[in-house]
Amino acid sequence: MQEKTLGLVKAQEFTFAGSGQGFKLECGEGLSPVTLAYETYGYLNSDKTNAILIAHALSGDAHAAGLSDGGSRLGWWDNMIGPGKAFDTDKYFIICSNVLGGCRGSSGPSSANPKTKKPYGLSFPSVTIRDMVNAQKELIDYLGIDKLLSVAGGSMGGMQVLAWLVAYPGRLRSAIPIATSLKHSPQQIAFNEVGRQAIIADPCWRSGDYYGSTPPARGLSLARMIGHITYMSDQSMEKKFGRLKKKDPRPFKFTADFEVEGYLHYRGDNFVKRFDANSYLYITKAMDNFNLLEGGTIQSLFKGVKARLLVIAFKSDWLYPSYQSKEIVKAAKLAGLETTYCEVDSAYGHDAFLLETKEETHLIRHFLKKAFYGYGARVR
Amino acid sequence: MDYRGIPIDHRAILELIRGQASVLDLGCGRGELMGILIKEKDCRCQGIEIDENAVYECVARGLSVLHGDIDSGLSEYADKSFDYVVLNQSLQQLRHFDSVFKDALRVGRRVIVGLPNFAHYKARLQLFFGGKAPVTPSLPYNWFESPNVHFLSISDFRNYCKSRDARIIRSICLGERWRVLLLPNLLANLAIFLLSK
Repeated sequence: MQEKTLGLVKAQEFTFAGSGQGFKLECGEGLSPVTLAYETYGYLNSDKTNAILIAHALSGDAHAAGLSDGGSRLGWWDNMIGPGKAFDTDKYFIICSNVLGGCRGSSGPSSANPKTKKPYGLSFPSVTIRDMVNAQKELIDYLGIDKLLSVAGGSMGGMQVLAWLVAYPGRLRSAIPIATSLKHSPQQIAFNEVGRQAIIADPCWRSGDYYGSTPPARGLSLARMIGHITYMSDQSMEKKFGRLKKKDPRPFKFTADFEVEGYLHYRGDNFVKRFDANSYLYITKAMDNFNLLEGGTIQSLFKGVKARLLVIAFKSDWLYPSYQSKEIVKAAKLAGLETTYCEVDSAYGHDAFLLETKEETHLIRHFLKKAFYGYGARVR
Repeated sequence: MDYRGIPIDHRAILELIRGQASVLDLGCGRGELMGILIKEKDCRCQGIEIDENAVYECVARGLSVLHGDIDSGLSEYADKSFDYVVLNQSLQQLRHFDSVFKDALRVGRRVIVGLPNFAHYKARLQLFFGGKAPVTPSLPYNWFESPNVHFLSISDFRNYCKSRDARIIRSICLGERWRVLLLPNLLANLAIFLLSK
């Protein structure tokens, strides 16, 4: 195992669209100003050809690697980003920003509306995956990067990768969509809707106007518990928990007796400390509305794209099953893109993209090496 | 060009493929042939391979490879997507031989097929005199472990191409170390065909 880490990292902020019409969103509304929280690791080379954008998933944030909060919190993809790791910070300049609509430093429903000086709540406009990507593009422009070496991410991060390919094909040399889909399926929408309804049913939610009072922690925690079930697999739950019972059973009928129950409660309770319920509603809605095939065909989806693709799926992932990744591959085939696809034999379910680091590291490290140093004799 | 160390069938394929062509290698294994084609012929290569560990090896070589089976992997491509579609030592292992063959001719402007010859004299002798399922250098498996599901000779394949209206542009018949020019259906271990519609 590579134990080298980046050490302490610093969060940064980029604010734009402070005047005029503001930042135009897909829903038609403008947002002004827009702030993106971001972190960078490694160094941008002099010709600015080694920059990689990492896009995070539903519950992620800009803190992808290294230690923050005075050294107590490790980044969500620290096992993949750092010196000598898959995204090697000795070679590449890595950027990760919190998505638009988020609650970890970027503009979202919990940010203050400059007009009212109060949090937006539900007056925050609807955002889409494309809006998130458009905002990231502003950040990339601001950093002076013309062409990204790659954009990579899993799950909702993978949707952003795909949206980048379609929206800015000339701005990236390669792309790594992991455990993701060209469009959200009814099953994926259904799970998100149950999560949203858990939040909305919490009396503390108060139509999103709970800032300054008790937040809808029960609802958000329940949403997170449901989410976690979908991130695991039958096999990984059996291995992790079996039918083990907790050590301190309490004499009450419906306490969490089983380890798996305790785990879900723990995950739910932890989540509410760092996540805003309204952001959960906005971001899951953005995922559900994601459909790159809307108004077009799979034949023309990647028209004009020149990037190389590395598509990764995981065998036991039933939330984003491999057939969805194969759809991405099909679109790439029809566009004549040089593509690598691997369905990694993992038992971790959807969580595999965060946990199955050995195989992922192998695939990504070699893929990036080729993308960066060139492809044999000829580069298309 | 120094061809030492390059397997004899790869050398023949190298000869049939023009420089800077686009190539789809079906059942590319660990990517040896694609590596040679990129290095020697400046080709643009895409592989399809079912074995996960072989996929990792291809990636380590810097090759583009799709993890999956040939049958479904090929049908998604548009007509004439590649200059060459290569089926080297893989066609005889496919259940849906006929549909893959047709699809290969649709997706590639040219198709290269490499096949072991079941009618090689060693196989004939083992079957005739020994009364046993043959094991030869090009058919190295015992009957209970063979991945091959079709057993055909060079003559069989020529007749098959005729029946499918596939034109044989060139064929190269190979022994263990040399090319076979005389009585290939008896003396050749392998044959490489260059085909088009």
